[in-house]
Amino acid sequence: MTLAQRGRWITIGALLLLAGVYVRALRFSPVEVHQGLAQKIFYLHVPAAWSAMLSMGLVGLASILFLIMKDRRLDRFAAASAEVGTVFCCVMLTTGPLWARPIWGTWWTWDARLTLTLMLFFLFIGYQVLRGAVNDPALRARYAAVVGICGLILLPFIHLSVYLFRTLHPQPIVLKPSAPSLPPEMLVTLLLSFGVFTLLYVGFVMQRYAIGEGGGNE
Amino acid sequence: MRELMRHTWLIARKDLQLEFRSRTALASAFVFTALVLVIFEYGRDPTAVPTIDLAPSILWVTFSFAAMLGLNRAFQAELENQALDGLLLAPISRTSLFWGKLTANLVFVALVQVVGVLLFILFFNVPVWRVWLPFLLVCALATIGFIAVGTLFSAMVVRTRFAELMLPVLLLPFLLPPLIAAVAITVKLFAGRPLSESAGWLRLLAGYDLAFVSLTTLLFPATVTE
Repeated sequence: MTLAQRGRWITIGALLLLAGVYVRALRFSPVEVHQGLAQKIFYLHVPAAWSAMLSMGLVGLASILFLIMKDRRLDRFAAASAEVGTVFCCVMLTTGPLWARPIWGTWWTWDARLTLTLMLFFLFIGYQVLRGAVNDPALRARYAAVVGICGLILLPFIHLSVYLFRTLHPQPIVLKPSAPSLPPEMLVTLLLSFGVFTLLYVGFVMQRYAIGEGGGNE
Repeated sequence: MRELMRHTWLIARKDLQLEFRSRTALASAFVFTALVLVIFEYGRDPTAVPTIDLAPSILWVTFSFAAMLGLNRAFQAELENQALDGLLLAPISRTSLFWGKLTANLVFVALVQVVGVLLFILFFNVPVWRVWLPFLLVCALATIGFIAVGTLFSAMVVRTRFAELMLPVLLLPFLLPPLIAAVAITVKLFAGRPLSESAGWLRLLAGYDLAFVSLTTLLFPATVTE
């Protein structure tokens, strides 16, 4: 079985499991008292955010290793991971406002996490625009690695700066949903969803990586 | 070390000399700064929004866009007649090449900032001179790290398609932390608060500068090596 086929099977499996997670989320997990059914989107939103972060982390790591080892496979992996990360970022950035509108009363707010994820999205976009703008594969790999490493180092700074900003200037509405006290049924559903999204990430990246292998670098 | 500094200075001087002779980027940055300040003046309702509330944002929007204009210029000149190859063949280290470019960019941005602040005082009547020393420190700290990343990226984007467009797309996320910190400190300074109140922000800026100046110095050879 080729890499692409294996990736496809993993993706199909993950999608079936995701359907299972949603059956569990809708049927067997308790409805949140204040948020009602809107809270159910969290089982999609939070794991998508996790997968997006994971993608960026691995892009950065692969970039560092690429500059040291000069192995083209690492570059191909970084490219695949960045593309998949962009997709997860889109999922997170669309499900977020959908939930925020009924709960917070606004589509968007400049909260620490929101700003961080938006910048993550811009990083992914910039990374890919750069990849598309360089013709020479060797040059493209090096340039992309440089941006990937810078992006990885940047994320903690963005988080810190936005966090400082909001704690110095408190907003009238408390924006952070209370996460710690989760009933066990909800927690299990969420953890399952995390697992499924990680699996989805693996499946997507395997397929994207295989395409890169087959058709040169692009 | 002394050799490194000397080479850095030579590169920076070459760039600045080139810029002062043609003055194209500098002139466009000055005009751009003046234009942005004028637009801001007419873009607000002076009876509803006091100048002092808007002042920090006005200043930093102007500075960051003007800096972007300067960064595009840094490696553009080296494209003609393969001047970059000549520089790379010269018996100087990559570090001094990068630091030279960085220094030239910093001088460029500093000049734009000086003119920008003078125009800003003139147009908006904000007494910046009362806090000039801490303000200078904030400007320097907020600019160094960001320009370091910008210099590194500009070395790459000149050799890509749509170079002029690439830089802002890549730089925007990197602009955010120094910009937020600089605006937050400037708000306090203009409100007459002491600099010690912004210690956390200053630490963030210093950390950002330290991290990105060293990281970009480390990564620069990867962008020019053949």
